[in-house]
Amino acid sequence: MGRTLGVVTESAAGETRVAATPATVRQLAALGYEVLVETGAGAAASCTDEAYAQAGARIATRGEAWATDVVIKVNPPAEPEIAALHDGATLIGMIGPALRPELVQTLSERPITVLAMDAVPRISRAQSLDVLSSMANIAGYRAVIEAANRFGRFFTGQVTAAGKVPPAKVLVAGAGVAGLAAIATANSLGAVVRATDPRSEVAEQVKSLGGDFLAVDVEQEASTDGYAKATSEAYDRRAAEIYAEQARDVDIIITTALIPGRPAPRLVTKEHVASMRPGSVIVDMAAVQGGNVEGTVAGEVVTTANGVTIIGYTDLPGRLPAQASQLYGTNVVNLLKLLTPGKDGEVVLDFEDVVLRGMTVVRGGETTWPPPKISVSAAPPQQVQKTPEPQKKEQPRRTRHVVVAAAAIALFLLVGFSPNELIGHLTVFALSVVIGFYVIGNVHHALHTPLMSVTNAISGIVVVGALLQIGHSNIVVTVLAAAAVLLASINIFGGFAVTRRMLSMFSRS
Amino acid sequence: MTVATAAQAAYLVAALLFVLSLAGLSKHETSRNGVLFGIAGMALALVATIVLALQGMAVLGIILLIVAMAAGGGIGLWRARVVEMTGMPELIALLHSFVGLAAVLVGWNGYLNADAGSLPGIHHAEVCIGVFIGAVTFTGSVVAFLKLSARIKSAPMMLPGRHFLNLGALIAFVVLTAFFVSTPNISILAAVTAVALLLGWHLVASIGGGDMPVVVSMLNSYSGWAAAASGFLLNNDLLIVTGALVGSSGAYLSYIMCKAMNRSFISVIAGGFGVEAGTIAAIEQGEHREITPADTAELLREAESVIITPGYGMAVAQAQYPVAELTKKLRERGVDVRFGIHPVAGRLPGHMNVLLAEAKVPYDIVLEMDEINDDFPHTSVVLVIGANDTVNPAADDPGSPIAGMPVLHVWEAQNVVVFKRSMAVGYAGVQNPLFFKDNSKMLFGDAKERVEDIVRAL
Repeated sequence: MGRTLGVVTESAAGETRVAATPATVRQLAALGYEVLVETGAGAAASCTDEAYAQAGARIATRGEAWATDVVIKVNPPAEPEIAALHDGATLIGMIGPALRPELVQTLSERPITVLAMDAVPRISRAQSLDVLSSMANIAGYRAVIEAANRFGRFFTGQVTAAGKVPPAKVLVAGAGVAGLAAIATANSLGAVVRATDPRSEVAEQVKSLGGDFLAVDVEQEASTDGYAKATSEAYDRRAAEIYAEQARDVDIIITTALIPGRPAPRLVTKEHVASMRPGSVIVDMAAVQGGNVEGTVAGEVVTTANGVTIIGYTDLPGRLPAQASQLYGTNVVNLLKLLTPGKDGEVVLDFEDVVLRGMTVVRGGETTWPPPKISVSAAPPQQVQKTPEPQKKEQPRRTRHVVVAAAAIALFLLVGFSPNELIGHLTVFALSVVIGFYVIGNVHHALHTPLMSVTNAISGIVVVGALLQIGHSNIVVTVLAAAAVLLASINIFGGFAVTRRMLSMFSRS
Repeated sequence: MTVATAAQAAYLVAALLFVLSLAGLSKHETSRNGVLFGIAGMALALVATIVLALQGMAVLGIILLIVAMAAGGGIGLWRARVVEMTGMPELIALLHSFVGLAAVLVGWNGYLNADAGSLPGIHHAEVCIGVFIGAVTFTGSVVAFLKLSARIKSAPMMLPGRHFLNLGALIAFVVLTAFFVSTPNISILAAVTAVALLLGWHLVASIGGGDMPVVVSMLNSYSGWAAAASGFLLNNDLLIVTGALVGSSGAYLSYIMCKAMNRSFISVIAGGFGVEAGTIAAIEQGEHREITPADTAELLREAESVIITPGYGMAVAQAQYPVAELTKKLRERGVDVRFGIHPVAGRLPGHMNVLLAEAKVPYDIVLEMDEINDDFPHTSVVLVIGANDTVNPAADDPGSPIAGMPVLHVWEAQNVVVFKRSMAVGYAGVQNPLFFKDNSKMLFGDAKERVEDIVRAL
């Protein structure tokens, strides 16, 4: 029997998410764990105890759920919760080790192992367990929905009998996961979407989701860890100009600019806000780290004197509890797949694996934070391998002209000096070649093999020559001709028959 | 209207029917009619020729004619009925050799049949050219057949100075033809035949297995030119028209194949591709990850869209049936399954399409590289079954031996599962960085068994 795994109720005020849903419980059980779910753990995320029980979990008390070998949760644990863990247990949750050094300290005082879901290295292999991405995705979506809820107009432009409605204009600052989700959502609601980001390499992603990328044409060094960096002064000046212009023009601003381990950069000033039209909405997704917008109040909605609503919610993912729990739960399952290579419910913490190493905050009571730096390339720096210049472009064209001209002259001379009889044949031959090229040029790629076998059959036409020679008085000629007829007949009959057989196999869905 | 003019009229109609036949084969909807046109044209031509030939033919001739045709037709129909679709390349190569040999025989008869007409010089040149092309086609096709059916090794034969051997053979042919025109002599014709037979053998022997699609379509082209040459020899326009049609069609297919490998026709004929670069490039470039059939099934179950890119390995493992079953199962679950076919996948142009059609995969989900290449970024899972060089991202690297070759951009998909027997390099001898990408996983073993495992797990 494998180890026990506890899904506990979140104690943080207002938290609606849960670390496992009935669907993920089934997957956890498949990894060999005996899953215990604290009663009522999923209530806020519309996951009933019955549903968990049906998925194979045991509904347990708070004490039982905390006393398991592996405890999974969403938020960082509170003091009494840390005490409730038994020795040697593994705790998995969004610990935020970079922001809460004292919590890491407290955790390391217990002989436990702690993995932070929010410390997943940004490499492609680890994407399936990156909760920051999955939560940011939800938050970006929700930010647009919140904005739409407060915005007194349509997003999409319409021409109605009652007049024409222009589309809403949305500016998204920062094209990370949240920003891209916001761009996609706003675009699908019909708004005109613009986006800014110091990383010019995201322009393509913005465009692919239907947004316009507003480039700040100031040199920026490329990001090496996949996150945005602090920006240079010249950059900030130019960016401020863009924000000033945009603030006067757009109806909705969604800011997502976060730099790991630092207060959020101030992108939108009081003056910018004051220049916006009444009824405009700002969603500041960086409110938890001080906000990108001057005047944001974390967790609150404020309305400025000129009628601009600033939304500073910090629990945007939690406002979609079922969705957030499902994605979070799947991320946790993917982590446990890594941790349980034997699918036997035994946790194996492989420190050679950079993903696991990066996420481990405490191992057996020892602080392992911060992990050694790994160099990743979420966005590879521009490789300086330049392709050879296409300088030869003009050259082949000229050579081709020369070749065509030479061929034409050669053909002219050949035909010009030929006897009359041959000229007729050459004419037929040349025109047939051209017809052949045009006819074959349109052939569907799937029919290349049938085409070959049918041309094979008709090239058996050489039998005509042999047939005319067969009755000749010379016995050698007759025998050779008969042999040729035999061979060519194989071609003709075999070629057509096999083509028909092949074509009869092709069928449509 | 005499018999002769009637035959000419029939030839003209037959030639037009052949054009219609090839035109019909350009689309699935009209392809079956295309074959019917071809059969009608051939029947017309045969009847006209037989009527023409029967005039004043001895009884022995008539008997020989009937026996030869019946035997040939019987053998042809029998082979066509029993051939496996994976064996199509061999069959087609073999059929090419028959045309080549028949053209040689007709050419020899053209000489032995002493009636040189009013222009003996041209007639004799035509004999030489016809015999030469026919003989090159014959031995070339025989070697291709032997290689494709694995009766001889498919690795390129590397004779020292092979380019000079080819060139020497061509020069010898020109010189011998000149002699033959001035003093017709059976030994010179025999020498021309021998040179051509050796050239054909050497030409194809020095080309490796992976270039076979080009070789087979090239031989297809040669067999057409051989028929056209016989037409010149016999003053028969039907032969000229048909030969030219077949010749240009084969040339066009060769052109498509060469473009798909980003190589010139000359370099394929000259052979030896990737052999020099192979040993140095075959270094491991990182770590690969393995996946189990059960996990692959899991991946497929959660996928929205799947693209399967088969290669010659699928044909070798006879995996098309389980692949078709997998496709059917996934489509029943609402997964969008499509196939991406590289033009040079397999050993014959269009080989993969025929194999998939045989396994009852609907042809409208089987797409060509250019049709599907932009869709990879929106694809959940790509299954690479027995393909290697055609999905190699190294083609984007200007330093690679396969630089500039158009490839299927499978690595842009979210997940790639590569079915492979081992980590060995592909035909081009180039290591494939695809295997070491973060989003790709290897599924080792026999492609057929592995696909069956996945079907079972689903």
